[in-house]
Amino acid sequence: MSNLASPEFLTIQEARDRLTNGDISSLELTRACLERISAVEDRLKAFVTVTGDLALQQAAEADRRIARGNGQPLTGIPMQIKDVMCTNGVPTTCSSRMLEDYVPVYDATATAKLLEQGAVLLGKGNMDEFAMGSSTENSAFFATHNPWDQQRVPGGSSGGPAASTAAGEALFSLGSDTGGSIRQPAAFCGIVGLKPTYGLVSRYGLVAFASSLDQIGPMTRDVTDCATVLNAIAGHDPRDSTCLPVERPDYADGLTGEIKGVRLGVPQEYFVDGMDPGSREAVEAAIQVLEGLGASVSPVSLPTTEYALSCYYIIAPSECSANLARYDGVKYGFASRDAENMWGDMAKTRQHGFGPEVTRRVMLGAHALSAGYYDAYYLKAQQARTLIQRDFARVFQEVDAMVAPVSPTAAFPLGEKTGDPVQMYLSDVCTLPPSIAGLPCMSVPCGFDQGLPVGLQLIGPHLSEQTLLRVAYAYEQSTDWHLARPPI
Amino acid sequence: MALDRKEVERIAALVRISLTDEQMETLGEELSDILEQFQILSELDTSGVPPTAHPVHLQSVMRDDDASGSLEPEEVLRNAPRRDGDLFRVKPVLEE
Repeated sequence: MSNLASPEFLTIQEARDRLTNGDISSLELTRACLERISAVEDRLKAFVTVTGDLALQQAAEADRRIARGNGQPLTGIPMQIKDVMCTNGVPTTCSSRMLEDYVPVYDATATAKLLEQGAVLLGKGNMDEFAMGSSTENSAFFATHNPWDQQRVPGGSSGGPAASTAAGEALFSLGSDTGGSIRQPAAFCGIVGLKPTYGLVSRYGLVAFASSLDQIGPMTRDVTDCATVLNAIAGHDPRDSTCLPVERPDYADGLTGEIKGVRLGVPQEYFVDGMDPGSREAVEAAIQVLEGLGASVSPVSLPTTEYALSCYYIIAPSECSANLARYDGVKYGFASRDAENMWGDMAKTRQHGFGPEVTRRVMLGAHALSAGYYDAYYLKAQQARTLIQRDFARVFQEVDAMVAPVSPTAAFPLGEKTGDPVQMYLSDVCTLPPSIAGLPCMSVPCGFDQGLPVGLQLIGPHLSEQTLLRVAYAYEQSTDWHLARPPI
Repeated sequence: MALDRKEVERIAALVRISLTDEQMETLGEELSDILEQFQILSELDTSGVPPTAHPVHLQSVMRDDDASGSLEPEEVLRNAPRRDGDLFRVKPVLEE
């Protein structure tokens, strides 16, 4: 399949060149994506909403803008946005019954920045309800399927964005990551996903799950595209008081292929017992490739790793129990009116509006925060968070970045873990620690385990996105995993 | 640490979620399983360790107290399940 015959598989950079040269129009590119969506969506189910007419209007406007010579890096590029980011006038459901009919009256800052560049919105991506999950099976509407094997999950919670980008439905997508929700689905679907440093991208208009952890990030087919999208969305926003007041560098600057002398650490604790041998081999081979490119590689130890899972599953549900208190059936969203009074309506609204995993986490968080349990759970988890941060800080005095697995396994079969919340939580074991510390981290395709993609995780100190992208690019240029296409 | 029925009812009341008997039972079991995982934290020596609420050091952001534009009332009310003119409508909060 050549890229000219199927423009929906162009990278952003390839599409940009062709749009600028007039070899293709945004309308043609957008139609190709919409046709691809029609062809595969019944098997993939990556979209909650497809905005076909809007996309064609935006594409026509992008073509006019390019013709005037005012094109920007993402002008005319078709994208999918995870259904957790507000889109003015376009339903934003969080894959929840609670927000099934919710239509925002404003854009999230990250959404607005992409639309201002002239990116084309194809629709909204399916996800685990309110971003709580690791397989996209917690969507209240339907599960998304992995484009490499439709009997398997795409990962989660950004499963729709990962599947759509991998399968050529969109050229890129925007995801969000609280404990691994960009990196793990990117790994499972064989694409690049980056969770920025906490605070690099504005959370304004991102429906809140766990406010001290949530970050928006790019999901793309290669590292160059990842830098292009990060350039578009990063930067200070006065509407988010936790957004860092830092100058944004050009993330494409470091993409030289040169990594001689970069010091990489391999955290031994991330190669957990029970890791699939095929995934382990792929990650170890990738580390050898990086060593061959001139990086120095040394084992490092993060002894607090085994506490990260408990730390995260106390802190994130605690924050979620507070954040989701807003769904009361009064201001927006689903409302039950069958009870005899307001309090009864509210309790029924929340019973029928929330799915099982959301209910579980809201309850878990409220328990951890409540009188008599606060010290044993929430306070203890916050102290563990300090120790986890200190562990990373100590290792980052010796190395520039760490390389590790994203997940102990490749994509697992649909239904395998849905009956056992603890097993589902364990699939996040390698992605949780850097989230707890607010560190930038990304997943890059690094091979296959029995035909399923495997991701290599890169983790760096705060605001080291340039280093991560530089290492990821050098690796990508010396391998061709990112060129493989799923058989759908 | 197992959660008994009374504790599940207490939490459900705190978070204002109605639960069927079956949901109560399932949640009690599932939450107990999850809480058991958390016991590992008791191994961790945290004496004298300050808690971290937030991953990056940020100070409160101040700005001048200038009036500026916001959403129009019509926009604010657009998603209201029930409205009454420019108001959100709910059943009585204070009852006899």
